[in-house]
Amino acid sequence: MELKDKLVSSFFALEEEFDAENGIYDIRNQAIKDFETLGFPNRKDENWKYTSLNTILKHDYSLFPKKEDALEYRDIKKYLIHDIDTYNLVFIDGIYSSHLSQTTHDKIDVCLMSSALSKDKYRPLIENYYNKLAPKTGLNSLNTAFAREGAFIHIHKNLQADKPIQIINFATGNESALMLQPRNLIMVDENSHVQIIERHQSLTDHPVLTNSVTELFAGKRAFVDYYKIQNDKDSASLIDNTFIEQQGESNVSVHTFSFGGKLTRNNLNFYQKGERIDSTMKGVTIIEDKQHVDHNTLVHHIEPNCESHQDYKGIYGDRSTGVFNGKVIVEKEAQKTNAYQANNNILADDKATINSKPQLEIFADDVKCSHGCTIGQLDEEALFYLQSRGIPRKEARGLLMYAFANNVLESVKIPEVKKRINKLIATKLGVELGFNL
Amino acid sequence: MLTIKNLHASIEDKEILKGINLEIKPGEVHAIMGPNGSGKSTLSSVIAGREEYEMTEGEITFEGEDLSEMDPEERAHKGVFLSFQYPVEIPGVSVTNFIKTAINAQRKAHGKEDMPANEMLKMIREKSEMLAIDRKFLSRSLNEGFSGGEKKRNEIFQMAMLDPKLSILDETDSGLDIDALKIVADGVNKLRREDNAVLLITHYQRLLNYIVPDVVHVLVDGKIVKSGGKELALELEERGYDWVKQEKTV
Repeated sequence: MELKDKLVSSFFALEEEFDAENGIYDIRNQAIKDFETLGFPNRKDENWKYTSLNTILKHDYSLFPKKEDALEYRDIKKYLIHDIDTYNLVFIDGIYSSHLSQTTHDKIDVCLMSSALSKDKYRPLIENYYNKLAPKTGLNSLNTAFAREGAFIHIHKNLQADKPIQIINFATGNESALMLQPRNLIMVDENSHVQIIERHQSLTDHPVLTNSVTELFAGKRAFVDYYKIQNDKDSASLIDNTFIEQQGESNVSVHTFSFGGKLTRNNLNFYQKGERIDSTMKGVTIIEDKQHVDHNTLVHHIEPNCESHQDYKGIYGDRSTGVFNGKVIVEKEAQKTNAYQANNNILADDKATINSKPQLEIFADDVKCSHGCTIGQLDEEALFYLQSRGIPRKEARGLLMYAFANNVLESVKIPEVKKRINKLIATKLGVELGFNL
Repeated sequence: MLTIKNLHASIEDKEILKGINLEIKPGEVHAIMGPNGSGKSTLSSVIAGREEYEMTEGEITFEGEDLSEMDPEERAHKGVFLSFQYPVEIPGVSVTNFIKTAINAQRKAHGKEDMPANEMLKMIREKSEMLAIDRKFLSRSLNEGFSGGEKKRNEIFQMAMLDPKLSILDETDSGLDIDALKIVADGVNKLRREDNAVLLITHYQRLLNYIVPDVVHVLVDGKIVKSGGKELALELEERGYDWVKQEKTV
């Protein structure tokens, strides 16, 4: 049976279990119908021209694992930013792990989607925000139909979350192939601040496919700083669908660090619903072997006087493949928009490829929009300079690639995250550094 | 230390060096002067091993070993250092991290362990003080946004840290004001020893007031046409290069 048919029929078998969740029963039912109609995207779809899901859809995925696998803190410590105090939401095979997590309801809510879906007190929020941003696509609908767990974060008005929040999804080896559908809802009210770190990590060599949906609402003058760390095993694939709605004068930045995994697709979408909004997207991609990373971004400038900044850098080794597809829409009313987009790539091997495609649709006449894309090799003059100091050519290449990628880290606001990513980049490129004066 | 015999070199099939002979002994300072386009920078590039240049004839030996087949890094491991006329900017790598990487790469090539961090810090402190380099400067990205003078001073700082046997200073004086020139020259003089040597490549005599050469060579059209003592530099300053060219023709 095709995966799509299997998914649809298993939905109806599970239908009774979904009854416990109030409010979203109809949403689920509609979603499975939409998925049945839309199915998985294929390469005929312009947005999926350079990314084929065929190889990862051929596995016989289990949808709901049998039981929670016991993981201890020592098993997972290295995947956390553990040298600072954080709220943690840890999920193992899609199931919440209370003993590895630290939640709160003290002025801010950092808790579970499953509990938010079943408790009356969250009903108004669910009704107002759940599934309001994610457009009707096959993958979003699939997630909406099956999602039962994820992060539910609500930062009330005028509050600054006292520590960063980590959302970590682990996959273990209990199933021969596992499909996960995490669902996150993040609401940051007026004048509030929060920092979020998200990671998907497989601990098994069995195939894992994660189809994640995150909806984030940033209220007026809210500040959100979001870090996505993608450094998964070669058996694991991730489709990350993130939708962000911003109100006036809010500032949201998303950093995506893609260092591993079989196939990674980042659908990152910003909708600006007010004036003087700032949206920032930064990415560092360093991959090798036959890995594939696809960044598909959208910024929708709807109102005047807003800004968006995109800066994606990629280093592609071996036979790895990359895609950058950055779409910027500036509506007629969105005068004085300042939209900046850059995508710079280094192909470290002859067989690596990158497809970079900026798409600008501008309907306003008084705007500043720039985009630039480079694909190149390393600068021979710089290599000679390093070699003339006694640094062997291979290391010199590593150092130059490190320098190229490291530049993006300047905007990372959590020092421990910066340090960790810096180290990951250095390790990926075989550079030994970390000497601070 | 360095012996160059009948060196011919070209770039993209254009011959630049047309038979250079040069012998530098330990403890000596040689200066190569010449008009623009005479091949001064080509000579320094060929000694350091820049790939674009093709050596078509002749030989370069360093302490008895043939340099011509070595990669640039191997030449550095043997003790050859080139101070660049135009140092490359490398955003994202600090001066300190760069020098640490270079020193440990050279130690590794000699079968030594990495330099202990405290020893490295001590050496960085000493050498930066000698060149009046601010410590903040050391944590900046290599050459990025540096003024011309800062770049040159940073080159000499690297030279001091790496302690090479032969230092080739390619137009180190260009872009320096007189104060910076004095500091740089003073640094180079302090690094002079009986067992190392310096090759100065320069267009002007100015630098040679501060770093006094044992031998001055005049390079014209890919050939050394005249060699002499330090007074030759003064004569060139006064009379220009034309008389040497004419003398050669006569």
